[in-house]
Amino acid sequence: MAALGSPLRTLRGLLRELRHAGGRAGRPYRDTPAYQHVVAAFRAHRVTSEKLCRAQQELHFQAATYLCLLRSVREHGALHQEYHGKGERSPEEVAGLVGFRLPQQPGGKG
Amino acid sequence: MLSGCRRLLWGRFPTARFPRPPPAAAGSGPVGPGGGRGYAPPAERKRFYQNVSISQGEGGFEINLDHRKLKTPQGKLFTVPSEALAIAVATEWDSQKDTIKFYTMHLTTLCNTALDNPTQRNKMQLIRAAVKFLETDTVCYRVEEPAALAELQRNEWDPVVAWAEKRYNVAIGSSTSILGPNIPASTKETFVSHLASYNMWALQGIEYVITQLKSLILSMGLIDRHITVEKAVLLSRLEEEYQIQRWGSVEWAHDYDLCELRARTAAGTLFVHLCSESSTVKHKLLQD
Repeated sequence: MAALGSPLRTLRGLLRELRHAGGRAGRPYRDTPAYQHVVAAFRAHRVTSEKLCRAQQELHFQAATYLCLLRSVREHGALHQEYHGKGERSPEEVAGLVGFRLPQQPGGKG
Repeated sequence: MLSGCRRLLWGRFPTARFPRPPPAAAGSGPVGPGGGRGYAPPAERKRFYQNVSISQGEGGFEINLDHRKLKTPQGKLFTVPSEALAIAVATEWDSQKDTIKFYTMHLTTLCNTALDNPTQRNKMQLIRAAVKFLETDTVCYRVEEPAALAELQRNEWDPVVAWAEKRYNVAIGSSTSILGPNIPASTKETFVSHLASYNMWALQGIEYVITQLKSLILSMGLIDRHITVEKAVLLSRLEEEYQIQRWGSVEWAHDYDLCELRARTAAGTLFVHLCSESSTVKHKLLQD
């Protein structure tokens, strides 16, 4: 089985990611269906009579995968914003990079 | 002509059917390829809905953006078989801030692909495409030099190959030749029949993960919960990680690609698991 660590850590990370992801004005992230589903699923699988519960491990793996998804989407978005989000420069800016200015042509080009 | 150009630019957008937003959403909208001030990317769709919710219909679970039902790019109603998947898709839509960034919504894209099947492949074609990757599987392709990388590949990839061989009772092996490993036909047949046990939706997800990781063995490791997503991505990018350790990491390229690969792989794996599971809760009564 995969080395997943403690379920509590996964749950805490997941709730933190959901806090970043959700929450519109007037609707706290605790009301979102995702939050409630995650909390309910973790609660439901907490108590089991078996020592090595396959369903529990399956749920933990799913939770860890979802956590990875949310976290990497957020980090990818942040990286994109920082490095790739500015778009192209306009011709005026490009000319200004080398110290030129585009000519003013009131009648249009050509 | 201007509106024609705008429609041309919008045609490239992988979007679901929405009511048309007002034209020129940005201050100076896209002018078109012919003339003007140069290329500006098409104006992004602003978030036009307040609430995202889920409802259950006849075919499955549907997503509601305010009061409108979400549809696929080909116009079909967006229904998913699993409630957890619907909640995850709704969270994706809900987490869009001012503009809708479709390239971050991997689960939505996967569901759209499963519903529309734009390449129109049937189940056997999907399975064949997936198993074909085994011939060029990343973990089977080894280098001979530099020696440190060859040893790293042996230490990291050999256990995964051994696990796959044991789990599926097949012979795979690895190779340093440019032609790749020689996979016996029985191995391929075993994988074909194993993959045939998944439904169409799960198969779309499996094929997606294989395409992202460039490895059938790593994908099966993920599906069988043998390795985590982070580990699978690390193993898939082993040579790159080796070079990064040697020469340093370039954040805007290496980390960017890493996060994107992790996001896509995690989405694919979650999609497969949510589409192929059926959970029942059995409540045991306390006997005293």
